[in-house]
Amino acid sequence: MMQIAVLSGFVLAAFAPLLYRWLGQRTAAIMALYPLAIVVWLLAQWPTVVGGGDPVWLEMAWVPGMDITLTFFIDGLGLLFGLLIAGIGALVLVYAGEYLRGHPDLPRFLVIITAFMMSMLGLVLADNLVTLFVFWELTSITSYLLIGFNHTDLSARKAALQGLFVTVAGGLALLAGLVMLGVAGESWSLAELATRGERLRGHDLYTPMLICLLLGAFTKSAQFPFHFWLPNAMAAPTPVSAYLHSATMVKAGIYLMARLQPSLGGTELWVVTLSLVGGVTMFTGAFLAIRHTNVKKLLAYSTVMALGTLTMLLGIGTEGALIAFVTFLLAHSLYKGALFMVAGILDHETGTKDVTAMGGLRALMPLTSGVALVAALSLAGVPPLLGFIGKELMLDSVLGASHFMALLLLLAFMAAILTIAVAAVVALRPFFGEQRQTPRAAHEPPLAMLLGPAVLAVASLLLGLVPGGLDRLVGVTVAGIGAARAGDVHLALWHGINLPLLISLVALVLGWVTYRRWDRVRARLAYLDPLMARGPEAGYDAVMTAIVRVAEWQTRALQNGYLRNYLAMTLLVLVGLVGHAFFFRHAPQFAFSVDVYLHEAVVAGLMIAGAVTACLMKSRLAAVAAVGVMGFSIALTFVLFSAPDLAITQLLVETLTVILLVLVLFRLPRFANLSAPTERLRDLVVASAFGIMVTLLMLAVLGGERLPRISDYMVENSQPLGHGHNIVNVILVDFRALDTLGEIFVLALAAIGVYAMLRFHAAAPGGRQPTPRREEDDG
Amino acid sequence: MEPLMAVSIGVLFACAIYMMLRRSIVKLVIGLMLLSNAANLLIFSTAGMVRGKPPLVPEGLASPAGSVADPLPQALVLTAIVIAFGVLSFSVVLLRRAWEVVRADDLDKMKDTDT
Repeated sequence: MMQIAVLSGFVLAAFAPLLYRWLGQRTAAIMALYPLAIVVWLLAQWPTVVGGGDPVWLEMAWVPGMDITLTFFIDGLGLLFGLLIAGIGALVLVYAGEYLRGHPDLPRFLVIITAFMMSMLGLVLADNLVTLFVFWELTSITSYLLIGFNHTDLSARKAALQGLFVTVAGGLALLAGLVMLGVAGESWSLAELATRGERLRGHDLYTPMLICLLLGAFTKSAQFPFHFWLPNAMAAPTPVSAYLHSATMVKAGIYLMARLQPSLGGTELWVVTLSLVGGVTMFTGAFLAIRHTNVKKLLAYSTVMALGTLTMLLGIGTEGALIAFVTFLLAHSLYKGALFMVAGILDHETGTKDVTAMGGLRALMPLTSGVALVAALSLAGVPPLLGFIGKELMLDSVLGASHFMALLLLLAFMAAILTIAVAAVVALRPFFGEQRQTPRAAHEPPLAMLLGPAVLAVASLLLGLVPGGLDRLVGVTVAGIGAARAGDVHLALWHGINLPLLISLVALVLGWVTYRRWDRVRARLAYLDPLMARGPEAGYDAVMTAIVRVAEWQTRALQNGYLRNYLAMTLLVLVGLVGHAFFFRHAPQFAFSVDVYLHEAVVAGLMIAGAVTACLMKSRLAAVAAVGVMGFSIALTFVLFSAPDLAITQLLVETLTVILLVLVLFRLPRFANLSAPTERLRDLVVASAFGIMVTLLMLAVLGGERLPRISDYMVENSQPLGHGHNIVNVILVDFRALDTLGEIFVLALAAIGVYAMLRFHAAAPGGRQPTPRREEDDG
Repeated sequence: MEPLMAVSIGVLFACAIYMMLRRSIVKLVIGLMLLSNAANLLIFSTAGMVRGKPPLVPEGLASPAGSVADPLPQALVLTAIVIAFGVLSFSVVLLRRAWEVVRADDLDKMKDTDT
């Protein structure tokens, strides 16, 4: 059922351009009905999944021989993510239809974003590790296409590539980690692996597995030091930022870590890594956010902050932390989606993204400013919004952290102050204060663009006022990711006057102060710019430059256009590999039977002499004659060793070759000594190495075991079946007649080629007749 | 006889490779000729060298009386000799054309696609 829904979603994506032709600008809104239907279907599973606490299983085989299934399962975590993805997806589609109204590439956008939506759904519902990975990579690719949507813009292309490289490099690590996980856990099902935590945590592969999996999750979810790609991804159209880079895709890494919490979580390594990386990311995000005036960058860095918080909570891993994790996740998706859409409205209506260029818009866009205010209050963590509950729970669990409690608390406190300032900048600066002239005359956006942020903001408010409605969902989700109980989670706005509330209050005051002095703070922070230029992004740039350099170097070294270098390299590799196999993998037996008659030795001597002379001669004629001597010696060898047919053929071909060379070779230039003595010595070494290899190989073959001859059949049946007395001839025209046909074909092709080259002259470009003979070359 | 052939074939291969590593296009052709002969001889002698027992069925018999030389490698080599001739004639003519157009007998001067 769900599999079909997801797969037909991809089909729908493919048909988006066609739909666009029929439906025009309404396409996006109509396509939004599809994720809406998925939301309805998921809600229909609510009683089973949340009410009963039983996951819904949707089994489907995919590649049964390799244990790969397309089985989906919907538990609390899957349902929560599924609802967020489909729900926000529907709103974003409606919003994007308006945001990109009339954009010539709107159909393309709809294709990619729908495909992304389905990949993401598949990712959070998949049970099989391989399926999970396939959907994971699909989200990376669609994200790449969406960041680079505006493909005429160099910076957008660069940002898209950067996002792709970082996430796909992590994906590679993830693949290795998933394979180790599957091997160690002896299962490819996530649900089964969740019950094998003991075995996995004690396994030898635990540490490498965890490192690989976390690399995948950290890159995807923009954890420090991989956080830099996310703010750059803001080159994407704002609906994409709202959807992929705040509410859904970047949470894939978070999802994975939550999913693995019961299998791998709770160890020292897990707790330390996740809480430290998460804590540092949280602070870095908030700190970098405050430096920017571009509203999308502000929000992007605050997303980094939120992703860090989520990772840190998973690291702390207590029951309270997991409850905080789920609540914070939901709250963040709601307010950040809303705020990004508001940012899009501002950009769309005023023509600028710079908050310092806006002011007093409240009078012109009252509805938008209301929505922005509500969402920003949730971001700041002010009651009675859901964000407040999330933040209180977060602070409470940080206070209960088993490792680095003081450090994490300090980071969380400073991040809270900065986040409050960021929220104020985003929600107050554009809408209040004196009115400013913006590039476009601002007014309220169309309803379709207001719908999304309004729904999300209202949800933030309602869920904050009535958090009890979430108790069961949070309980079931938490139960699914490692905590014991499902039933007795109670979210509430008011927990009495306690330490988290006091911290919040202090942070609120300090945050407000920071906001009031924002311009001065920014100016101060500008001193740090040189330091920032040496951040992780510089590392990324250095790596990319290095890769290009290495590629250029190895192209120069290997693909340099010199035939002899290719030849020498190929031969040396061959000699190396064969030599290795020869001396280290096998113990070859050499055959040394000395059973030679004098005349045979003379023939062999002539052969060698002919070949060596051909190499030493200074004149072409002498060289050709020497080759001829060698050829006729070979013919003699054939005569002496029972091969009359070969002898005849060899004689004929030698004769023909001489005729050909007389015709052609003497119209070629004379021999020239073009290489230096050292080069000749080098070539001699390569050639000798190859010759010695062939000799040794042949001796080993002769000394080795003989397999039964396949030609016995041909010897016995040549006369009865082929009616021929010359067995070689019967093989050629009867047993292996198809080979001979191929041979004739090759000869015919060569003949046509020779004829064409002798007969026709290449026409010069521009239709001039036969190429004039050039007296000098300009190469 | 086979060990002697092994050494001879090794020398032939070495000569062929050495000539093919030269920059002069004419030497390349010589190298090509040596190479194909060396390869043919390799196939022929690895199958075992038998004196005076050609793979022929005497008149009136259904199969040879005693053992004969292996006919299959001979058939393969026969094909190879002919094909080697085809390849040789094609490359000789190709080089001649290249010489006519580029007027360079140095392979190093033929390494770029635009002349």
